[in-house]
Formats: sequence, structure tokens, C-alpha cells
Amino acid sequence: MKRWVMVALAAGLVLAGCGAGNTAATGSSAPARVPVTVLAAASLQDVFTTVKPQFEAANSGADLRFSFGGSSALAQQIVNGAPADVFASADEAQMKVVQNAGKAAGTPRPFVTNVLTIVVPPGNPKGIHSFADLAKPGVIEVVCAPQVPCGAATTKIEQVTRIKLSPASEEQDVRSVLSKVEAKVADAGLVYVTDARSAAGKVQEVNFPEASKAINTYPIVAIKNSPHAQLAQAFVTFVLSSAVQHELASAGFGPA
Amino acid sequence: MLQTRAPRPVHTGLPGGLWVPSVLALGLIVLPVIGLVVRAPWSRFGELVTSESALAALELSLRTGLVSTLLCVVLGGPLAVVLARGSVPGLRLLRSVVLLPLVLPPVVGGLALLYLLGISGFAGYALNVVFGVRIPFTTTAVILAQTFVAMPFLVVSLEGALRTGGERYEVIAATLGAPPWTVFRRITVPLVLPGLGSGMVLSFARCLGEFGATIAFAGSLQGVTRTLPLEVYLREEVDPDGAIALSLVLVVVAIVVIAVARPRSAEGWG
Repeated sequence: MKRWVMVALAAGLVLAGCGAGNTAATGSSAPARVPVTVLAAASLQDVFTTVKPQFEAANSGADLRFSFGGSSALAQQIVNGAPADVFASADEAQMKVVQNAGKAAGTPRPFVTNVLTIVVPPGNPKGIHSFADLAKPGVIEVVCAPQVPCGAATTKIEQVTRIKLSPASEEQDVRSVLSKVEAKVADAGLVYVTDARSAAGKVQEVNFPEASKAINTYPIVAIKNSPHAQLAQAFVTFVLSSAVQHELASAGFGPA
Repeated sequence: MLQTRAPRPVHTGLPGGLWVPSVLALGLIVLPVIGLVVRAPWSRFGELVTSESALAALELSLRTGLVSTLLCVVLGGPLAVVLARGSVPGLRLLRSVVLLPLVLPPVVGGLALLYLLGISGFAGYALNVVFGVRIPFTTTAVILAQTFVAMPFLVVSLEGALRTGGERYEVIAATLGAPPWTVFRRITVPLVLPGLGSGMVLSFARCLGEFGATIAFAGSLQGVTRTLPLEVYLREEVDPDGAIALSLVLVVVAIVVIAVARPRSAEGWG
């Protein structure tokens, strides 16, 4: 008896797996929709998700699929042949990685900029009002690792201000920095303005003038040999359109 | 069934149908490692694994792994004895609780530790107020995370050894007048030494491989909290060659661990 139960369970799992695969592939509506896969920097998640229905309405048949993550990780995925139609990077260095691998179709177009800001827990318990305050003794600050775009920007500001931070941790991506401040395990963190806005209420923003010395430009490009080249190009144009630009601006992004 | 058939010295042979899935299963385990070896940047291997950050990560991993394994023995050893020999109600439930870190995704364990020992957690708050100590982002946090995930390996293999060993010798010693502590020291411990050894090796291996709980609870900083797996993860994004080289170091460590622990643990727990 027990064995039959196990076999039935296993069969059920296999069937469930197939079923899920099928529905995902065909979608719910009758005409086959064309999947367009966009690999985009984590900071773009809120805006891109918001404008998704707009794009799909304008391009009937398009089925936008996003994979959000650290730009460096996404760039490596593309270089290693991950299925992708569009790449939106949080800095030019990671776009270069994709270009050098011959994966970019045409020249990447800059579409927004982003700057760093300091985030602190609500009420700013450690009284942080400037970049220099981060280096004060007793302040536990968390930053991005220099290998990822937000960390590269942090390093640049350290060089410009000649203030050397001694962070408690160098995180892999900007969202991890944010969550450490939200959880109040860190007294302060350096994140993008847009990340700070998305967590408004849970963290407090402390802007500092030196942030303008490290402006990250976000480029976007269609991936070469995409099976849906036309829709990929359409998405790039869509992101540069005034409607999406407006949406990006209200999330805190600067103009490219 | 068993009684009706006379025992015959016949080799039944394996059903042929088992071979194909077996080969696939082995392939799934072995081929990815071969993939790493093939792709490895052998000409730069030495330089990559001896870079400053790689050595710092290796040193930190070995140091924290050893301390954590020791903690597993000091805390988990007695727990295994209690679970195997004790007679308190709710022991079965306790046994399942010990397995929790084994089945829980490590990152969940890390978050749980963070919300207990972080400044917003009650224990973390108390530690900070009373002793002025903060645990997250320290090497202590790495050790706690590793001990958390590795503890079940030690407890389970040691408890298994205790159970299979049985209680006969202990009972005899006790009837001959040995007090409990003497029985434990002179009989129980020597009997389970091999089980303890393989449990320690497995725990150490689990500590070296720890990733999720560490990155969630301890963060990532060179020389302080960035252990070898975290270094591999960080490098994978910018320096895949370096990540592969360090991965191979971990593979070699894993093979050594299996070779050492094999006699007992490879044939089942304990």
C-alpha cells in the first residue's frame, strides 16, 4: 500500500510539473503569445513591472517576462548564453561586458541615471547628516561590494571626498544593503535614490551633495540574434518613450 | 515468503532497467565537476587561488569551520547522548526539532538568526544593552551560522552510533558499581569515537560549504565574514575564472572529506 502511495505521489508530482510547464508556455489566452525576456537591473523592478501592461497592450501578442537582478550577474548570464531579448544595465561597465562578448545588437542607448543616497532607520538614531558622518566611530554602515555598480559608485565617492569608509559588510547587491538598514542591523547604508524611495517609510533618506560625483548611467540594448528581434527593439523604444520616462522620473531616476 | 524458499547461493543479478537511471544519476553528480575542471583556467590557477582575497577567504573558512565543528561537538555531543539514552517525555519531538536546520533553507536560518540576534531582535537587543555587543557582521556571526546548519550532522551521526552500539556495556559497568560519569567517560565515549569522528568530518564539510545563513546573518567583508563560498559568489559576477578556480579548491576539500569520513558515513548515518 505504502509503495503505491509513493508511486502515486511521484506520478502526481511529474504531472503537476508538466502541467505547470504547459500553462506557462501557452498562456491563458487562445492566440499564442510571443515571450519577450528582459534582463533588467534590480532597481528597475518597480517601474518595469508597472509599465508592463502598457507595452503588452500596445504590442498585441507580446508577453513580457522580466528577470531582475544585479547587473553584473545578469551580464554574466547573457555572456553564458541565457535566453534574453533585452538587457537593461545599471551601469555602463556591465553593458560593456555584454558588448565585448558580441551579444549586443547595435549601440546601447542610455535611458536614465541614478545617484547614491544614504539611508538610515526612521528617526535617524545615529544622527547622520553627511557622507563624512558615515566614517564616525560607532556607526555601522553597509555598502555594496566594489565589484557591483552601486559599490563602484561608492568607491568613486570615497575617492572624490577622500573619506575612507570601513563598512561592516560589502553586500552583493543594493537591495541587500537596503534590507540590512530596514532590519535595523545597520545604522546606515548607501543605496540608490530610487531604492530609498521604494522603501519610503521604512527607511529615511539623507542626501549628500557629493553623490553627484558618481552618477550611474543606465544603458539598454536588444540582444543579438534574439528570436524576437522586432519586439525586443520595440521594448527599447518603449523605455525611451515619454510615458515610461515620466514613470521612471517619478520613481526618482534622473534623465539620461 | 522467506520460509517457503530454501536459501540458494544464487546471484540474482540486477534488473537491467536499473542501469540507465543509475548512469544518469552518476552523470548528474560527476559531469558538472568535470565541467568545472575542463573550464578551469589552469595556466592562471596558482595565481588565482593565492590572490589576497582568496587566501583571506580560505583562512577565514578554515578558522571558522574548525571553531564551529568544535562547538558542534561540545554542544551537540551531549545532546546526542541525551537523545539516544535519555528518558524524558517529548524526546521524539526533540529529535525532529534537531533536524530543522537540515531541512530548512539555510538563508531562512540566517534570517531567523538575524531577527533573534540583530539589534531589532530581543536577544540581540539585550546583548547590546547589557554587554554592548553586536553580533551581526562579525566573525562570531559566521561561526553561529555555521554551527546552526552543521549541528544536525553531528547529532544525527553520533546518535546513530550510540543506538547501534547499544547499552550492554554501560549496563554492565553500572551494575559493577561505576557511577554515571565514569560510565560515560570510560565506556560510552570510547565506543562512539568512530561515529563522533565521521560526524565531525561531515559537520566540518557542512561548515565549509555554508553560504545562505552566512550571507543573510553575517554579511560579506573580506577577512571578517567573507568565507570561501561567499568569495566564489562575489567573483562569479566579475571574475568567473577566479570563481571557478576557488570552486575547484572547494571540490578538492569535499573529496578529501568524503575520503576521510567514508568508512562509516558513506554507508548510511553513523
